[in-house]
Amino acid sequence: MAEEVKLLKTWSSLFGLRIVWALKLKGIQFDSIDEDLTNKSPLLLQYNPVYKKVPVLVHNGKSISESLVIIEYIDETWKQNPLLSQDPYEKAMARFWAKFGDDKVLSSIWSVFINQGKEQEEALQVAMENLKLLEENLKGKKFFGGEKIGFLDLALGWLANLICVLEELSDIKIIDKERFPLLLGWMQEFSQAPLINESWPPREKLLTKFQIMRENQSL
Amino acid sequence: MAEELKLYGTWVSPFSRRVELALKLKGIPYEYIEEDLHNKSPDLIKYNPIHQKVPVLVHNGKPIVESLVILEYIDETWKNNPILPQDPYQRALARFWAKFIEEKILPLAMKVTNSEEKEKEKVVVEMFQLMKVLEGELNGKDFFGGESIGYVDIVATIIAVWFQVTQEVIGVKIVSEEKFPVLFKWIEKLKSIDVVKECIPPRDKHITYVKARIEAALLKSAPN
Repeated sequence: MAEEVKLLKTWSSLFGLRIVWALKLKGIQFDSIDEDLTNKSPLLLQYNPVYKKVPVLVHNGKSISESLVIIEYIDETWKQNPLLSQDPYEKAMARFWAKFGDDKVLSSIWSVFINQGKEQEEALQVAMENLKLLEENLKGKKFFGGEKIGFLDLALGWLANLICVLEELSDIKIIDKERFPLLLGWMQEFSQAPLINESWPPREKLLTKFQIMRENQSL
Repeated sequence: MAEELKLYGTWVSPFSRRVELALKLKGIPYEYIEEDLHNKSPDLIKYNPIHQKVPVLVHNGKPIVESLVILEYIDETWKNNPILPQDPYQRALARFWAKFIEEKILPLAMKVTNSEEKEKEKVVVEMFQLMKVLEGELNGKDFFGGESIGYVDIVATIIAVWFQVTQEVIGVKIVSEEKFPVLFKWIEKLKSIDVVKECIPPRDKHITYVKARIEAALLKSAPN
């Protein structure tokens, strides 16, 4: 039976990137459709009527949205190169940290990026506490998933690239070598890993996009 | 090997009670520890240092936190009476709807309770829209899980019970029988299940608790 796998995303979507990685790591053929979120396609509205957001995975006509839900779907449907451990406790840990990444780390780093002065300093403290927890998580491991890239690496993967973009634009060092040697090491390993490194959005375009977002936030 | 299973929760937390519901549905024996969140036990802080919240499930000394993560852990560890479907697509849908409840409906419900009069109306309208979407998912089924309760039903007990109590106390009725007939019927069915009854706070105590909390919040935000 011919498999039909479509991924609706945008060129810069961090969450869409997670799905690109998951599909590539499993060697799944897919069609990629970059959406213009200011002019959403009928396809997007049809396949994600609740949120009207990307990413959306469409597998043989059935649509799944919410990136972490999509990754678990992919892992359960295509069993090669498993992204999650078989052990329920390890799975629970990966899910917990992925949630922590989305709920706490992402927002705290964003806060550092869009704020200035005292607010930025306070935001930086919070971000560093969160990152410290991730740093501890990496002890004795090459990737969050252990020897190989796994679910949590994909969930946190945005850090490996976006941090450099945000640090350059805000002229502030968030992940420094003294405090976060393991995290920096992971960022290098992950961003240069095959299949991961070829999928990053163009850096210049990202710099422009986030510069604009930063200016809009401070208005 | 003797299994050691402990659950740290509170009688009124919808999050720890949903874990109890899952454990009871599977007939899993556990030790329950009631926490006083104004005076957290050293154990709670030890097992959940990051969030210091309930519920915490400790299985053979290993802690798991975040109720949705705990529910999945339970389902994967004790395979009888599954609460999530077997099919990957159905599982993805169940996870999607649980997330929708947690990340969209819940925060908005808190806004309904906490917002000023003039903002309240707008928030209530938004709430109606979200509830309509959720109700759409039930169409034709007895429960979100199908013929028997499943993951989404367990997560949604917060709507069936906790929301109803809060709305009664603040005098805002969102899920009424006329506006949401399907959801209303689901609530009745859910609340009539014996094991669900064991996992919800006693009504009068719950109402008193919510009233006290709302008054305390008003006092805190009152001008000096």
